[in-house]
Amino acid sequence: MSETALGLKENATPAGRATKLVIYSLVLVVFAGPLLALLVSAFNHVSDPTQLSLVPTSPTLDNFTVAVDQGVLKYLLNSFLVVGFGLLLQVTVSVLASYALARKRFRFMSLVFVAILATLMLPEEILAIPLSIILADVPVIHVNLIGTLAGMIVPLGAWAFSILVMTEFMKDVPRELEEAARIDGAGELRIFAQIILPMCKPALGVIGVFGFTMIWDQYLLPLLVAQDSSSYTLPLALRTLRIDPIVTPGVVMAASLLALLPSVIVFLFFQRSFVHGLSSGALKG
Amino acid sequence: MSVEQLSPVAAPATTGAPAPRSRNGGRDGRWWIPWLFLAPAIILFALFKFIPMGNALVMSFQDVQPFLGNKWVGTGNYATMLASEGFHQAAWHTIVLAVGQTVGSMALGFALALLMEGQSRKLGFIRSAAFLPVVVPMAVVAELWRIMYHPTADGMINSIIGLVGLGPSGFINDPDASMASVIMTGIWRGAPYDMMIFMAGLAGVNRDLYEAATVDGASRWRRIVHVTLPGLRSVFTILFVLAAIRGLRVFTEVFLLTNGGPNGSTEVVMTLIYKLGLEQNRLGVGAAGAVLLFVATLVLTVFVYLLRRKENR
Repeated sequence: MSETALGLKENATPAGRATKLVIYSLVLVVFAGPLLALLVSAFNHVSDPTQLSLVPTSPTLDNFTVAVDQGVLKYLLNSFLVVGFGLLLQVTVSVLASYALARKRFRFMSLVFVAILATLMLPEEILAIPLSIILADVPVIHVNLIGTLAGMIVPLGAWAFSILVMTEFMKDVPRELEEAARIDGAGELRIFAQIILPMCKPALGVIGVFGFTMIWDQYLLPLLVAQDSSSYTLPLALRTLRIDPIVTPGVVMAASLLALLPSVIVFLFFQRSFVHGLSSGALKG
Repeated sequence: MSVEQLSPVAAPATTGAPAPRSRNGGRDGRWWIPWLFLAPAIILFALFKFIPMGNALVMSFQDVQPFLGNKWVGTGNYATMLASEGFHQAAWHTIVLAVGQTVGSMALGFALALLMEGQSRKLGFIRSAAFLPVVVPMAVVAELWRIMYHPTADGMINSIIGLVGLGPSGFINDPDASMASVIMTGIWRGAPYDMMIFMAGLAGVNRDLYEAATVDGASRWRRIVHVTLPGLRSVFTILFVLAAIRGLRVFTEVFLLTNGGPNGSTEVVMTLIYKLGLEQNRLGVGAAGAVLLFVATLVLTVFVYLLRRKENR
């Protein structure tokens, strides 16, 4: 067995095993425990914050019924629309740009690349106020996107992380394939769509998974764009639910469960892509 | 650590090195093809990144009055911001929060990574479970912790720390404990992320050095200090910069957990900007605050970058 920093052995003495068991249980309790409490409380009568617990005492589905009465399904639909169209736009824009940046050589190429990369250092929080002004009156076309889902979706198209990951990956696709297709008379679009893109599936997985979790976690942008509850995404709606005096913590937990499930499911299914992307995710600002 | 080393995914199997690129992207006279592919990105980045950034700069020198026209006020907004007690406090809180979350997450993440290293098969489940907080939306994390932080003795965390004779604490409702509570929530969500990155880094540390150290009779502690830590130096730097930047721009968890309260004890720069800009409509002053925050981020990044370059020489 290879050495580790702590020199932990897989087959330790009974005492060592017991220590390990205690430590790992502690890790589980601390990090997964609160989420388990959320899960249990969503299916339990929790009329008061002190009743949050890990053991269901009075199981019920009422929390979800109330949550649905409060319009949670509409918020969930809004969230899905934003993540669906947002991700589609983000991935499309990114692969197109990456194709040019990775496979072509042209004047000002490095300038464009550096300008895009520089936005990694530009937290969206800092842009919040001017961005909301832009969205109220988009330059050139003069459309007001405030209060619309489109206002939450369109800005998602500009995400440098995806372009960076995709460009690095596309650079390594062998030239020969492209040359052969070109000799066969394939046009630019065909080379892009049928030669290069299919070779980039692992990178597509990474930008897809990261894009999904990033968009699903969005808070400030939807907060700026949404004007009333009709365009709330589910994360935004949680706060409104909590403030409503007739809504119990159990209902908030039920809505929270719906809000966390999609990203947790995506993570569990695409764990490999996620972990691969993490190290490069270290680059995003 | 360079971009290449961090390359996210294994490259597709290449049949030899990529051939040198021809000058005009393959064909002469079709210079516009790359621009066609780049057009959507350029338009969106311009609209939603560069123009807003430019506007933020311009607005920070203006008294912004919608419908009335903006007035130049020179550095007036900056003077207002820098002279205000509220901004000083918010800046200080932001630094405390950023440092607390960064150091806490990295220390805990490093410890977790050491514990989980090399036990991959059995620990896959525990690792995935420990990682879940990272993918849970911040809004959910905040709502969950609000309930766990319930200030009475029978609140969840209070009853746990009550078992060892501590508390009850008011947590986010107590001005003396609110900042620590926000930091704790941040560490809970940040540590597993750092753990994953550290684990990737640990896999790259030269095994022979461990063996050599063991042969030389070095203790576990000395092995970590003299072999593991130096091997992870670049990972530490990257994580530190990212976490610090993330800490400086912190918004959602503070907004939802305390909204700056109680008594302004957790007001950070972003929540202050939000209140100034969007609730009080003092857009110019808010923009000046945003630009100051941006400069702080930039200075930090450049500083660490220069430090690393010096180190590498």
